[in-house]
Amino acid sequence: MAILTLDNVTIRFGGLVAVDKVNLAVEEGNIQALIGPNGAGKSTLFNLITGIYTPTEGEIRFDGAVISGRQTHQIAALGIGRTFQNIRLFNELPVIENVLIGAHTRGKWDLLGSILRPTPWVKREEEQLLDWAMECLDRVDLAGKAWEVASNLSYGEQRRLEIARALALKPRILLLDEPAAGMNPFEKQVLMEIVQKIRQTGMTVFLVEHDMKFVMGISDQIAVLDYGVKIAEGKPEEVRVNPQVIEAYLGKGAKQ
Amino acid sequence: MAEFLQNIVGAVDPYTMQVIVNIGIAIPLALGLNIITGLTGQLSLGHAAFMSIGAFISAICTIRLGFPFALTLVTSGLVTAAIGAMIGFPILRLSGDYLAICTLGFAEIVKVIFLNLDITNKALGLTVPAPKSFLPMPIYVWGIAILSIVFVAFLQSSRFGRALKAIREDEIAAEAMGINLARYKVQSFAIGSFLAGVGGGLYAHFLGYINPSDFGFLKSVDILSMVVLGGLGSIPGTVIGAAVLTAAPEFLRFMSEYRMLVYGALLVCLMVFRPNGLLGGVNFTGLLLKAIGRNINESIPREKGRRKL
Repeated sequence: MAILTLDNVTIRFGGLVAVDKVNLAVEEGNIQALIGPNGAGKSTLFNLITGIYTPTEGEIRFDGAVISGRQTHQIAALGIGRTFQNIRLFNELPVIENVLIGAHTRGKWDLLGSILRPTPWVKREEEQLLDWAMECLDRVDLAGKAWEVASNLSYGEQRRLEIARALALKPRILLLDEPAAGMNPFEKQVLMEIVQKIRQTGMTVFLVEHDMKFVMGISDQIAVLDYGVKIAEGKPEEVRVNPQVIEAYLGKGAKQ
Repeated sequence: MAEFLQNIVGAVDPYTMQVIVNIGIAIPLALGLNIITGLTGQLSLGHAAFMSIGAFISAICTIRLGFPFALTLVTSGLVTAAIGAMIGFPILRLSGDYLAICTLGFAEIVKVIFLNLDITNKALGLTVPAPKSFLPMPIYVWGIAILSIVFVAFLQSSRFGRALKAIREDEIAAEAMGINLARYKVQSFAIGSFLAGVGGGLYAHFLGYINPSDFGFLKSVDILSMVVLGGLGSIPGTVIGAAVLTAAPEFLRFMSEYRMLVYGALLVCLMVFRPNGLLGGVNFTGLLLKAIGRNINESIPREKGRRKL
């Protein structure tokens, strides 16, 4: 069953059509990839799903409910976690606090909880959140760095911390925006294993990526975007040989 | 009991006591701004306006309604918080310089309104009678200062405080974590205003006379300097900032006319050598663990349930 569906989604910035009538269905439990040349509209599509932009036309549905037009924080609370193409960590805060903020929607105590902070009720929730945050850090192999300041982590670690922070939300679908960008081959290998482990927990993963080896090695389904239009969709081996995809990436005349 | 406390207060010479009480009044004021600017990252240049609202509301409560002091302070805090939320709602869509200018404008409006209202006695200001309370004023002031320190410390280590810090660090990422930006910003503004209102109430009753012109732009900058000097977001820093900036002009009094010159130079030097403030970016837990020879990362698994943030 499709957990996330895009129905004729279009967004225009002035005269530019950044995403043009895209239809897409992400199956529950799959690893779905979205690829395409630079400027194809991949990140824009993610920003549409998470409510940072509102589609000019079309509809986005998550688990049957229409989410296009809702606010970003409401969409996140429904169970859509994401990472960002340009890492957006809470840089000056410790690693663990980054993940605890990711677990924001898992907690209940609010302003009153600040006043009642030393009481057992609030303490219990804080301990549960802390345990949960450590578990999330464990899943990306960062538990040993819990008290480092986020900005002191290496690049690859920062990418992984972003994933841990998104996992803390306990999302039903995880959107990864170019998770392997700038990583060395070893870090990519580690990342691949992490993503596979996440999928094994039953979570749906939707990722945008440039690295073909990474995408081909991990995805169940791939959709290809070029100039805002979906030009192909299918299993990795189908997409790999699709002439339109080869043309979009390498230009005309590159066919065999 | 009350007599005993009165004796303690009486043992300190009045001039020193005056400085100590002024520090105690500055603490809730600075901590309030620390929540807005230090924790949530919203630059406000109009904190004195909230202080003046608290001061006048409390004065009116005492003069016209004859409230006991505790009720007066709570009322002035709550009214100020309500006004803070009302103001915060439209202007917190802005950020950075734009927000700063808006708060500045708001502060001027408040001043002009108080200068023209009959109930605040226009430009003549109000004479505030001594508060109705059995505790001596210095004890009262410091009791509230300590309460506000404890409250802000709780706030900082709670889920609510973390949401505020997330907004300071990265609004887009914070929202993607399910944090309702508008709501938390308005709430932080309201809490900051509450503390300013209480501080204003203490100020009015300690000085015994308030005038709208006392709460101008300079007063706002004074409070902001305390927060920045101590280190944005740091509670010990803010308290020290409040103490240093309240006491410094007094300690420098021996230099007579050069006093403010040296005071200014001190501020400039501090910002050059410690741009994050006296205690900005200092991790006390980390320092403590290091002092007893333990690595901060090794100490987590064993006591992860007990560690505070």
